[in-house]
Amino acid sequence: MSDKAVAERQEPTPSVGDGGPDMIQLLTPEGQRVSHPDYDKYVENLTADDLRSFYRDLVLIRRLDAEGYALQRQGELGLWPSLLGQEAAQVGSGRALRPHDFVFPTYREHGVGFVRGMDPQSSLQLFRGVSQGGWDPKENNFHLYTIVIGAQALHATGYAMGVKMDGNVGTGDPERDTAVICYFGDGASSQGDVSEAFVYAASFDAPVVFFCQNNQWAISEPVTKQTRIPLFQRARGFGFPGLRVDGNDILATYAVTKHCLDMARSGNGPVLVEAYTYRMGAHTTADDPTKYRISAEVEQWKFRDPILRLKSYLAHEGMADESFFKAVDEEADGFAAELRAGCLSLETMPGHTMWDHAYAEDHPVMEAERAAFLAYQASFEEAN
Amino acid sequence: MATTKMTLAKSLTSGMRKAMERDPKVVLIGEDIGKLGGVFRITEGLQKDFGEDRVIDSPLAESGIVGTALGMALRGYRPVCEIQFDGFVYPAFDQIVSQVAKMHARGLGAVRVPMVIRIPFGGGIGSPEHHSESPEAYFAHTAGLRTVACSNPEDAHWMIQQAIECDDPVIFFEPKRRYHDKGEYDVDAAAAPRGLFEANVVRAGTDVTVVGYGPVVKTMLEAAAAAETEGTSLEVIDLRSLSPLPIDVITASVRKTGRLVCVQEASSFLGMSSEISAQVTEQCFYDLEAPVIRVAGANIPYPPSRMEDNFLPDLDRILDGVDRALAY
Ligand SMILES: Cc1ncc(C[n+]2csc(CCOP(=O)(O)OP(=O)(O)O)c2C)c(N)n1
Ligand SMILES: [Mg+2]
Repeated sequence: MSDKAVAERQEPTPSVGDGGPDMIQLLTPEGQRVSHPDYDKYVENLTADDLRSFYRDLVLIRRLDAEGYALQRQGELGLWPSLLGQEAAQVGSGRALRPHDFVFPTYREHGVGFVRGMDPQSSLQLFRGVSQGGWDPKENNFHLYTIVIGAQALHATGYAMGVKMDGNVGTGDPERDTAVICYFGDGASSQGDVSEAFVYAASFDAPVVFFCQNNQWAISEPVTKQTRIPLFQRARGFGFPGLRVDGNDILATYAVTKHCLDMARSGNGPVLVEAYTYRMGAHTTADDPTKYRISAEVEQWKFRDPILRLKSYLAHEGMADESFFKAVDEEADGFAAELRAGCLSLETMPGHTMWDHAYAEDHPVMEAERAAFLAYQASFEEAN
Repeated sequence: MATTKMTLAKSLTSGMRKAMERDPKVVLIGEDIGKLGGVFRITEGLQKDFGEDRVIDSPLAESGIVGTALGMALRGYRPVCEIQFDGFVYPAFDQIVSQVAKMHARGLGAVRVPMVIRIPFGGGIGSPEHHSESPEAYFAHTAGLRTVACSNPEDAHWMIQQAIECDDPVIFFEPKRRYHDKGEYDVDAAAAPRGLFEANVVRAGTDVTVVGYGPVVKTMLEAAAAAETEGTSLEVIDLRSLSPLPIDVITASVRKTGRLVCVQEASSFLGMSSEISAQVTEQCFYDLEAPVIRVAGANIPYPPSRMEDNFLPDLDRILDGVDRALAY
């Protein structure tokens, strides 16, 4: 590389950066409201009630996450991928959706599922190992979790192409115009399927918002391993807009997602949102981050905690007081107790049901193997 | 009953046309399938008649074809993907085996993904690398998929319609070197002659059963005609469905003949013939007069086209297999 090329080459965003000048923010880490010419309008109409309900969502999903972690440690779940630190990115974007919009999550979007109205137990069945998902995506327009990194980006794009083929884009009718949101991580940005999804979405003007939660880590690999340029800039090469938002700022995440969903619904095609955030916990309960990252980094991000930020703002503006915060904490206690009981009540299905859903239509092998399995089991009962 | 003489290629076109007329949710997606009608012209004229929304020229990315088709299926469409050649399906392999195949099970039946992935397969057309492969075993091996192969025009016409109507994902193999073979049948018949997942005894016989699918069915029939002149009677089975495997038709025949030769272009190791051989041995052990014989492609990367005759099972190799079965 020539010296000039080296000089021009943009440095990768360091994992403990402040997100840079392009990052859209409406609440500082201290909880101060900063004005933004393009995005204020999306939050101006939020009432104190709305903001208090944002806060409640943040607290409840953090609690959901803590319970997931505890249940795994107690042997009730096989694995738990924590969303700790990403609450605002998930609630802010999830609350920006309309009911008829459609969500394609990864395996970490418990918070988005929660604000979509999913029974919080849904994701527990997957990590408890009683099903591979098992919910009906149509109930809350929230698709099944996808574990293969990036694969859902294509499903979201195809779904959005279908929305457009249905004529549900750009009609101006808010009940009809529909957007699709696709969640993925910074690591996923390297996957071929994500690039292909960008190509397809651009080629067909698909109404899809690609929502990348850059939590700075893909298991042990820092985002610098995935990219030389800030991820939101990738969109430009594919011919659509990309934005970076402070993913720990619920107001900004809400505003930016709303804006992008509107663009998609109105027929402008895809948008990429990079929510700049941080994975405070381990990748999953099976991971040991002490092997690859320093605790000082985590400590620094604690100052940007998404919940404290909104809490300070609410308190400072007189929109909530101690009694409110206490009531939310109490609600979270009840919520957690219910969640635990619900988790423990998730029963393992009998073995012969394994063959029930491999196919939609009758299949001779399913019937034969199920019958053989039942006969085999029965042979033990006869022997006893 | 009015019959029409049509090529296998045009039979696929007419079958898809019928499916598209019947159900507005049927959409086609693939590379060059619009104005050009596909490199084999299987979708010729369809974009003109059904529009660009229903006959979709895709960007050049196979995982994208299959992954977006799956998304469309989730939205209520019935996509039919065209993979340009057998050797180019692998970029979509992950989407097919990890997503398409497993979606119904993942949701405990809550979501259906009715989609068809059409793949022209097999050799014998003198092409460079990647244009002559037989990757069917990968898909037949994968639970959640159904895998079929047509061998003649009438079946092509009906099977593609049945595959599109199926609520499970179907991998649909087309014998590309038979695209221009002609057949005569009633295009407007009220119903298909048989179900999609049924095998067909295309020639009755008494001495040796020969089973295969796709391009080799014609070769098996030629071998049977040649064998007859030497006094050997072959029963020829066109398998049609590779998964589920219509094993009962094979075992019924083997119980009669006591001998089985399996034919495939794919390499023999862990191929369809291996599975048929295992199941026939399990179910017909006392009826067999000879071990099951496999006549298949060699276990090497597909050879350069000027050498492919050495690789592909031809009439002589099938007859040699028959002789080996009869030697016991
Ligand atoms: C195709 C694929 N390769 C590897 C894995 C194993 N894996 C699971 S999560 C993960 C890291 C993903 O990082 P990122 O996309 O940043 O999402 P995050 O986990 O940080 O939310 C890896 C490598 C996988 N699930 N799928
Ligand atoms: Mg990450």
